[in-house]
Amino acid sequence: MSSDASDGNDGPAEIVEHVSGTGVPIRGNDIDTDQIIPARFLKVVTFDGLGQFAFFDQRFTDDDEEKAHPMNEDRFRSGSVMVTNKNFGCGSSREHAPQALMRWGIDALVGESFAEIFAGNCLALGIPTVTADEATVEAIQDWVDEHPNGDVDVDVADETVTYGDTTVDVTVDDAQRKALVDGVWDTTALMASNADAVADTAASLPYVDDDVVANARARIDASGDDATANGGGDA
Amino acid sequence: MSEGTLYDEVWERHRVDTLPTGQDQLFVGLHLVHEVTSPQAFGMLEERDMDVAYPELTHATVDHIVPTADQSRPFDDDAAETMMTELEENVRDAGIDFSHPGTGDQGIVHVVGPEQGLTQPGKTIVCGDSHTSTHGAFGALAFGIGTSQIRDVLATGCIAMEKQDVRRIDVTGDLGDGVEAKDVILQIIRKLGTDGGVGYVYEYGGSAVEALGMEGRMSICNMSVEGGARAGYVNPDETTYEFLEGRDRVPDGDEYEELKAYWESIRSDDDATYDDVVEIDGDALPPMVTWGTTPGQGVGVDEPIPAPEDLPADKQDTARRAQEHMGVEPGDTMAGYEVDVTFLGSCTNARLPDLRRAASVVAGREVHEDVRALVVPGSQRVQKAAEEEGLADVFRDAGFEWRNAGCSMCLGMNEDQLEGDEACASSSNRNFVGRMGSKEGKTILMNPQMVAAAAIHGEVTDVRDVDRVDPEEVTEA
Repeated sequence: MSSDASDGNDGPAEIVEHVSGTGVPIRGNDIDTDQIIPARFLKVVTFDGLGQFAFFDQRFTDDDEEKAHPMNEDRFRSGSVMVTNKNFGCGSSREHAPQALMRWGIDALVGESFAEIFAGNCLALGIPTVTADEATVEAIQDWVDEHPNGDVDVDVADETVTYGDTTVDVTVDDAQRKALVDGVWDTTALMASNADAVADTAASLPYVDDDVVANARARIDASGDDATANGGGDA
Repeated sequence: MSEGTLYDEVWERHRVDTLPTGQDQLFVGLHLVHEVTSPQAFGMLEERDMDVAYPELTHATVDHIVPTADQSRPFDDDAAETMMTELEENVRDAGIDFSHPGTGDQGIVHVVGPEQGLTQPGKTIVCGDSHTSTHGAFGALAFGIGTSQIRDVLATGCIAMEKQDVRRIDVTGDLGDGVEAKDVILQIIRKLGTDGGVGYVYEYGGSAVEALGMEGRMSICNMSVEGGARAGYVNPDETTYEFLEGRDRVPDGDEYEELKAYWESIRSDDDATYDDVVEIDGDALPPMVTWGTTPGQGVGVDEPIPAPEDLPADKQDTARRAQEHMGVEPGDTMAGYEVDVTFLGSCTNARLPDLRRAASVVAGREVHEDVRALVVPGSQRVQKAAEEEGLADVFRDAGFEWRNAGCSMCLGMNEDQLEGDEACASSSNRNFVGRMGSKEGKTILMNPQMVAAAAIHGEVTDVRDVDRVDPEEVTEA
């Protein structure tokens, strides 16, 4: 498994031009976030350790015995490119879903379509969610089934996926491609550098009280130009 | 691209900049916070040594994990207590207003915002919860966001987003007896699909929507996300203004008039351009129920459950698995499907008018002997109002459990959960497998009157066949 993505998500954003690794096929449409990470595992105050709970109820019985699921198969255990079908990640906004997949080992997803909040959450973690039509995705799933040790290369910049001798075109949302390829997916740092303009926008809105804007400007001044320009702290 | 819509207008007024990614940086007018998705974001902020940029525009409550039976502290569930404590510390340190249970203002975040008047037309509203789309009922642009985006909002007062297309959904005619806003949105999702709204914001209008009160409009906008649309909205009108006037966070006098002028100014133009237009026949709509495990798998209560092979190819496999899970057969109707539990609650349908309509079915009757029936008001204010006007007694006398406010069984994060393969008639929004805390559990989505009818009869029941009292006169029955 190799990946340009950094493991952490709190440091400066890094360039994610392509992700390469073995695949994990997860078949089925409308796989929701309650399946990806059941709500009972959300009772935590950090994301640490969520990887073991990814797809938990699909993978384990009430007695914690393993069920038939690709993520339980030895041949897919080191997989890092998940291949999915339509409307993957629908349902809740819980970032715990992509966090659990990332911490299980997933660095990229290839699918027919993704729910928007899920895809946005993935981007915030530097995980590409690239799409292709049904036939293309099913062909990749079948190939991964037959070649569990073969690499699936997701080229975000060129919008292609390569497996074996086959290269297919995929779609990467424009903003996602630019964010990953240019390494600007850390939106906190990007937007913090506009703090003065934000206060101007706030001041222009009839429902924002003057003292709210004044307080915000005072905080901007207090934080100092350097911290603001760099997004603060270690960013 | 759309032009002249409320979406275009509010977007433009909140746009700070266009980022190098091509996304727009949007100012956030209201950030709602709850205990499940925020602690990690506060943690990230601390790691970066950043402060909350706009604490005055941020408001917190506790809903997902809060027990609805015994709320005394510490909570019985250690994990829930930890999350509550963490939220208390975070909001105290940041100076964020907190509608906690001690204030009498606590409740489901999407009930609390509107009832305090925090939710207003022409605001951008975000929350780490997909049902934030609810607030669009007021003509706000309201989006659910993930935890990293919560960090963005806390740190900068902004989110980074791409502009989407706008689909106008006209609901024509008048809704019939026993038919509610919930049925409208279930029909929209059935027709357009659970992913039909991906890439779109939904603008709801037409006579059937305009005739709804704010609570009904909230039920529709709430489930936009079940249809794949990240946001949905209704243009503000007199119904909206009347609801808001006099609420805690809405100014009065000249300031109110100034705000109202802004609210009026953002309405979609009569000649606005939409990327797509869809019409739904409100006259023909029956009470809807779901037969499967996605909100798109809905059907009229008296209509046959479809055969998987009659559905579009990409829906067939999901439908087969859903019918196996639910134990239903194509050709049958859902009417008569036995239920073990009924849940009246959630951010979709737990506001006062919802409870009044349900009580109009319940008044003078008893819950079926095999049914465990819960009423979980959407907020402490709803709870208090319902107790004062006698609705709580109507439910209690009939054998319902009358609970404290919270998300409860909708997502099974507190003690309120299905057991084994119990079937639940529910006024909530998601019927996903495992959603209510049991992997074998079954959830049937429907409107609050239908939930009440199911509680009385122990099976899915067409509420149009049930005698009801006038919702306004429930407590006199």
